[in-house]
Amino acid sequence: MTLSNLTLATAAGDHRALTLTLFGVFVLATLGITVWAGRQTRDAADFYAGGRGFTGFQNGLAISGDYMSAASFLGIAGVIALFGYDGFLYSVGFLVAWLVALLLIAEPLRNSGRYTMADVLAFRMRQRPVRTAAGISTIVVSVFYLLAQMIGAGSLVALLLGIEGDAAKRWTIVGVGALMVLYVVVGGMKGTTWVQIVKAVLLIAGAALMTVLVLAKYDFDPSSLLGAAAHASGKGDAFLAPGLKYGATGTSELDFVSLGLALVLGTAGLPHILVRFYTVPTAKAARKSVFWAIGIIGVFYLMTLALGFGAAALVGPRTIKASNAAGNTAAPLLAQQLGGGAGSTGGAVLLAVISAVAFATILAVVAGLTLASSASFAHDIYANVIRRGRAGEREEIGSAKLAAVAIGAIAILLSIFADRLNAAAVVALAFAVAASANLPTLLYSLFWKRFTTAGAVSSVYAGLVSSVLLVVFSTVVSGTPTSLLPHTDFHWFPLENPGLVSIPIGFLAGWIGTLLSKQSADPAKYAELEVRSLTGLGAH
Amino acid sequence: MDHPHQQPGSPPDGIVTATEPLELERPDEDPEFLVLRAGFRSFAFPVTVGFLLWYLLYVLLSCYARAFMATTLFGHVNVALVLGLLQFASTFAIAAWYARYAELRLDPSASLLRERYGRPGLVTPRGAGE
Repeated sequence: MTLSNLTLATAAGDHRALTLTLFGVFVLATLGITVWAGRQTRDAADFYAGGRGFTGFQNGLAISGDYMSAASFLGIAGVIALFGYDGFLYSVGFLVAWLVALLLIAEPLRNSGRYTMADVLAFRMRQRPVRTAAGISTIVVSVFYLLAQMIGAGSLVALLLGIEGDAAKRWTIVGVGALMVLYVVVGGMKGTTWVQIVKAVLLIAGAALMTVLVLAKYDFDPSSLLGAAAHASGKGDAFLAPGLKYGATGTSELDFVSLGLALVLGTAGLPHILVRFYTVPTAKAARKSVFWAIGIIGVFYLMTLALGFGAAALVGPRTIKASNAAGNTAAPLLAQQLGGGAGSTGGAVLLAVISAVAFATILAVVAGLTLASSASFAHDIYANVIRRGRAGEREEIGSAKLAAVAIGAIAILLSIFADRLNAAAVVALAFAVAASANLPTLLYSLFWKRFTTAGAVSSVYAGLVSSVLLVVFSTVVSGTPTSLLPHTDFHWFPLENPGLVSIPIGFLAGWIGTLLSKQSADPAKYAELEVRSLTGLGAH
Repeated sequence: MDHPHQQPGSPPDGIVTATEPLELERPDEDPEFLVLRAGFRSFAFPVTVGFLLWYLLYVLLSCYARAFMATTLFGHVNVALVLGLLQFASTFAIAAWYARYAELRLDPSASLLRERYGRPGLVTPRGAGE
C-alpha cells in the first residue's frame, strides 16, 4: 500500500507538467474550433442541429465520442482489471443496445422530428403536457449523466495530477463546468460535434496504441494474455468467467439482470444521443451514422478488454486498488507501465498522453449533455410551453444559452455536494431512467396507432418517478458504507439498479394510460407520422 | 382538459407543431407505401425480438449457468468469452445486414414516395442522396 502510493506520487511529479501541457493544447484547440463554429452559427438549425450538415461518418464519430465516456474508458477497463470477465458484461450490453437505436429509433426520429426527442413524442399529441413531461425527463437523465462525469473528473484530477484535497477537486469541477458551458454557448451543436470528433479520434488512437503495446508483450497471443491476467489476479481461471462481481448472492445476480436490461434499453432513450441524429441531412445518413458508431464503439470495447486484462496482468490488482478502489486509474497506470514503468521517461510520457485523453473525454461528454438538456429546455419547455410558440428563433436560442449556464451551475453544485456517490452507479441510473421514461413513449409514439396524450404523459412520469424513487430507497442512497448517506438506513428496495421493475412500469403505464384516456387517438395524425417517419416527406 | 373538437392536422392548443402540416393526397394508402411499411416492419420487429432474446440468454447464462460459462475451450479461452465475442459479432452482422436490406428494399420505395408526394421545398433541401 505504502509502496504503491510512493510509486504513484513519484510518477505524478514526472508527468504532471506534461499532462497539463497536453490538456492545455486540447482545450486551446477545441476552444479555437468552438469560436470558429460559433461564427458560422446563425439560426436555430445551426445551434441545435449543427446546420444538419454533417456526414454519416462524421456523425458516427461524434456519436462514439458522446458514448465513450470516462465511465467506458476508465470504468470498464478498471472493472475488468479488478473483477475480470464481469467488466466485459457492461461492454456487451452497451454495444448490443445500439441495435435498438439502429432498427427502431434513428431513422424515424430524424424524419419526423426537428431538434429534440419531444418533437417526435408531441407530434400527434397535445403539445404542452407531452413536451413538459419529455423536457423534464430529458433534463433529469442528462443531469444524472452529467453528475457522473463531473464526479469522475473530480476524482481523476486528484489521482492523475497528484492534487490532493477537496478544494482542488472542487475547483476542477468548477473549471470543467465553466469550459463545458463555454463550448455550448459559443459553439452550439456545430462546435460540440467537432469537439466530439476530435476527442473520439484521440481516444481511439490512445486505446489502439496501448492495445498493440499490451498484445506485443504476449506475442500477439490473446490466450497467453488471458492466462497471465488470471495468474496475476490471484483468482485463477475464475477471473476469466462471470461471477466475481455479480455472483455473490441471488440478489446480486438479479441486480445484474436488472442492469443488463437497463443498459440494452437505455441507449436509445438517452437524449444527448438522440439529438445527434438531427445533425445529418437525411434518415439514410442517420442510419449510416449509427452503423459507423456500432463499428467504432465495438472495436473500442474490444480494446478495453485487452486494456483491462493487460492492466490486471502487467500492473496487478494490488497496485490498482491502492491507487483507486474502484479501479478507475487502471488504464492510466497501464500506460505508465507500458511506457517503461514508474520513474521512466517513457512511462511519464505515455501516462501524460492517456491522462490528457481522459480529461478530453470528460470535457466533450459533459458538453454534449449540457447541449441536449438546454436545447430541450429552450425548445420544449420555454418556446412551446411557457411562450406557447410565440417566441422568435433568437429568443429561443437565447433561452437555450441561459439554460446551459443554469444547468452547468446546477451540475457543478450537485457534483460538489454529491462527490461521495459512485460514478458508475449514477451512470447506470441515467440509463435506467432513460429506458423507463423515454424508450416506452418513443416506441409507442412511433409504432402504436392508438397511443394517446394521456398514455404518453403517464408513461414518462411513471417511468421517471418509479426509477428515481426505487434508487432513493435502494442501497445507492442509504444502508451500506458506500451509500450516499452511509449513517442512515431507510432502504427497502434490494437492487441497486431499478430497471427490472421501472422499465415494465414505464411500458405498462403507457398502455394503461392509453386504455383509460377519454380522448381517443387521431388516426389521421398517426397516418401522417407513419408516412413522414418512413419516407422522410416533409422532413427538416 | 381535452379538446375533442380539434380539426385533424391543426396544431392543438394553438401551439406551433414540430413541423409544418403536410397537405398530401393520402400517401398512406399508396400501395408503394404499404410495401415500404411492410418491408420495414417485417425486418425490424422480428430482428429486434431475436437479438434481445439472444442478449437475454447471454445475461441469464452469465448469472445462472456459470459452471457452463467457465468451461475451457482452448488455451485460456472459455465459453463465456466466446459467447461475449459472439454478441459483438452478431451486433456487427445485424447492423451490416440491416444497412444492406434498407439500401436495397426500403430506400428505393422511400425516395419514390418522396418524388410522388413531395412539394418542392418541403423535402430536405440538401437532397436525399446522402
